[in-house]
Amino acid sequence: MIYVKVNKFYAQKGFCNEVHKNLLIFRETVLLICIFAPIFRQLISIKKNMSNDIRIKKGLDINLKGAAEKTLDTAIVSNTCTIRPEDFHGVIPKLILKVGAKLKAGEPVFYDKSNENVKFVSPVSGEITEIVRGAKRRILAIKIQADKKQTFQDNGKLDVDAATQEEVLGKLLKSGCWPFIKQRPYDVIANPEKAPKAIFVSGYASAPLAADLDFALQGKEAELQAAVTAIGKLTEGTVHISVGKNSNSPLSSVSGATIHKVSGPHPSGNVGTLINKVDPINKGEVVWTVSAQDLVIIGELLLTGKFNAERVVALAGSLVEKPRYFTTKIGSEIATMIYDKGISEEANSRIISGNVLSGKEVRPDGALDYYSNVITVIPEGDDYELFGWTKPVFNKVSTSRALTFSWLNSKKEYNLNTNTNGEHRAFVVTGGYEEVFPLDIYPLQILKACMYKDLDEMEALGMYEVAPEDFALTEFVCVSKQPHQKIIREGLDLMLKEIG
Amino acid sequence: MSLKRRLHILKRKYRGSKMAPAFNAIHTFLFLPDETTHGGTHIKAADDLKRTMNTVIMAMVPCLIFGMFNAGYQHYLALGDIEAVSAGFLSSEFWTLDNFLVGLIKILPLVVVSYGVGLGIEFLFAIIKKHEVEEGYLVTGMLVPLIVPVDIPLWMLAVAVAFGVVIGKEVFGGTGMNILNPALTIRAFLFFAYPTWMSGDKVWVHGAVERAGTPDAISGETILGSLAQNNEVSYSVMDMFLGFIPGSVGETSALLILIGGLFLIFTKIGSWRIMLSSVLGAIAMGLIFNWVVDAGVIGSGSKFYGLMNTVWWHHLLIGGFAFGTVFMATDPVTASQTNKGKWIYGFLVGFISIMIRVFNPAYPEGVMLAILLMNVFAPTIDHYVVQGNVKKRMKRLKAKTA
Repeated sequence: MIYVKVNKFYAQKGFCNEVHKNLLIFRETVLLICIFAPIFRQLISIKKNMSNDIRIKKGLDINLKGAAEKTLDTAIVSNTCTIRPEDFHGVIPKLILKVGAKLKAGEPVFYDKSNENVKFVSPVSGEITEIVRGAKRRILAIKIQADKKQTFQDNGKLDVDAATQEEVLGKLLKSGCWPFIKQRPYDVIANPEKAPKAIFVSGYASAPLAADLDFALQGKEAELQAAVTAIGKLTEGTVHISVGKNSNSPLSSVSGATIHKVSGPHPSGNVGTLINKVDPINKGEVVWTVSAQDLVIIGELLLTGKFNAERVVALAGSLVEKPRYFTTKIGSEIATMIYDKGISEEANSRIISGNVLSGKEVRPDGALDYYSNVITVIPEGDDYELFGWTKPVFNKVSTSRALTFSWLNSKKEYNLNTNTNGEHRAFVVTGGYEEVFPLDIYPLQILKACMYKDLDEMEALGMYEVAPEDFALTEFVCVSKQPHQKIIREGLDLMLKEIG
Repeated sequence: MSLKRRLHILKRKYRGSKMAPAFNAIHTFLFLPDETTHGGTHIKAADDLKRTMNTVIMAMVPCLIFGMFNAGYQHYLALGDIEAVSAGFLSSEFWTLDNFLVGLIKILPLVVVSYGVGLGIEFLFAIIKKHEVEEGYLVTGMLVPLIVPVDIPLWMLAVAVAFGVVIGKEVFGGTGMNILNPALTIRAFLFFAYPTWMSGDKVWVHGAVERAGTPDAISGETILGSLAQNNEVSYSVMDMFLGFIPGSVGETSALLILIGGLFLIFTKIGSWRIMLSSVLGAIAMGLIFNWVVDAGVIGSGSKFYGLMNTVWWHHLLIGGFAFGTVFMATDPVTASQTNKGKWIYGFLVGFISIMIRVFNPAYPEGVMLAILLMNVFAPTIDHYVVQGNVKKRMKRLKAKTA
């Protein structure tokens, strides 16, 4: 219709030249687009602000074989419990107890050198049998032989509804629950002296083969409520909790927090995505984050006075015969879970404490990470593949369509191994990261700023808002096979050291 | 013992030695390496740089093959040995063995020299600087034979490739660090070092140079050349679209370039933002020139008249515009790296291409210079796009503290 009108209009004015008309129609169209685009944008943003729903469009769901079935086993009780100080990034441990000391579950083992109040406690009762040290006598692991009969240190209950901020803070610090509270900027254990502007909890796990939090948290409503009420006292602002849009999360009914329903592909469940969409961090501000499964431990401590390090852990991955959930304790030996209807002894496998994107590689005689609630076992990929760089690929995930065919079927489950599928190269390809990165940050530019250590630029580009796990997907899709999470971690460490 | 095992043992043997990069470069072309992930994500996507580069090369192969046929076709057509095509793209006059053989003999050496010299230098630098051989040159080496005239002497090409790879790329730190597109640096070197050769009206058809001045001289002029001299163009629009016209080896067939471009967009390797906005930019400039002519600002006596009066959409078909837009403006290293920046960068590439094409008195083609110019400005565009994000963050902070 516009076309006809324009035609008439120009015919009247005496413009009869074909080219001329085209030019003018072109101009009109551009004008119309310019006028209407902002209006549409406004409408969309108004709709978005009306609810607490967060819909992520940019991202990638990696469907892997071996998701955990929703059945819960109790793992064999682990003989030893291992605490690895490297799980607590940036903490320099100062030991309180020595080898041979007997302790109860919940008794402090070491504290943070830079802040004596932050204590790290034993998940089990027993005897410290070994302190493994590395170069420069750095403590690598503390091994505790568990008692057959567990005894708990009594920290005393706390009436969370009546408690003051100081009481909650003191209780969490003293009982060893503090390491569960992390802060951004820098993605380290929170500094208890600086109150956060808000606290964020993700109750939705979107990472590949992640433990389903709805399942893992079920029946823990009381603990979750107590923990949320308590941490709500630690901030002037709000406690923000995300739950899956179609999920039946025990967290969706807690009071004292703003519940956000999130949907869309991974990283919609990352706490970093939640922060960025709800209340991004500015320079000088601090937010705290707690994982949902750690809220349970905090809640139980507040309700009973006991530090019960029990946790529901998923065992998943394509090499696991019967992937399922276990109840076990932090620091338990991996071997107590992976062999019973799990993997065969001689399997060439990669065992990961955590998910496949940002977990840690552990050996079969290793232990469950302090923060993980999933153990993933996938095949190692240490083999060559003839013409693997050019032949059509049907059995691997890719975001391109360069003779890679994962776009044909988005529901297909893949059996991926640990092969890098190519060698490390300089950054060449652009535009790919943005497709899987929902934060309002330029990923390539911030990575480069970290690499050439320009502190001003890192700050300006949003370094205070990010954690390494936010860059897991960009690392996964990276054609140049650059270690994004490591680059970001080193960048954060540098800023922490230089700016603090 | 299998080949895989033997090569694995050899790889172990060479590890840490000077020959390691050279050996690995060849080894990794046979086998995807056995490297596993450490420290970061435990799984990785299927794509690597080799696959990406290979996809671009695949998109160019039809242009190369067409170029071989076209070299022979233009040669025999100019000599009067054959009739012009009559039956569209699959004309029997075009797809003959005779045509192909002329092209094969002329163009295969160009490909060999381009890859031989370029990869040789890449290997050398990899060994000296002890890093792996990067794949960037695979695409450059394929681009170079496609953007030079068919009769270019091989020594000239070799000198230009050496210059382009060393000055255009290695001094900046190799693949991923260069500012200018290496293939265009090579082309620009040829253009400025041997101007009479590269800008004449003889070099575009095989055999035209050696016959110049003799009684059986033939014309080797491109459409842009005739337009710049305000001559009538003797080719139909269909010929231009299908590519039965003289020009650089691979740039003539807009149809095959279009197919290649669509393939690159489909595979998500080429940036559709740059391609689309570049076409929009060219159309905008073309329309402006058409309007200038219509308004009577430029008369038919002006030396710009021929090119300015070219119907705006014909500009997309003639010369190297299509090829440059699809295969060279989209080079991710030298183009803008932000999505918004790509729109601006692409638009300006198209816009300036047509502008230079019309106003360049010496050589009526502007794509090369337009892309090189925008390569230089791409970081500036990105800077302002990224500053937008930075400003937003600062505004957020101010709103908080105020």
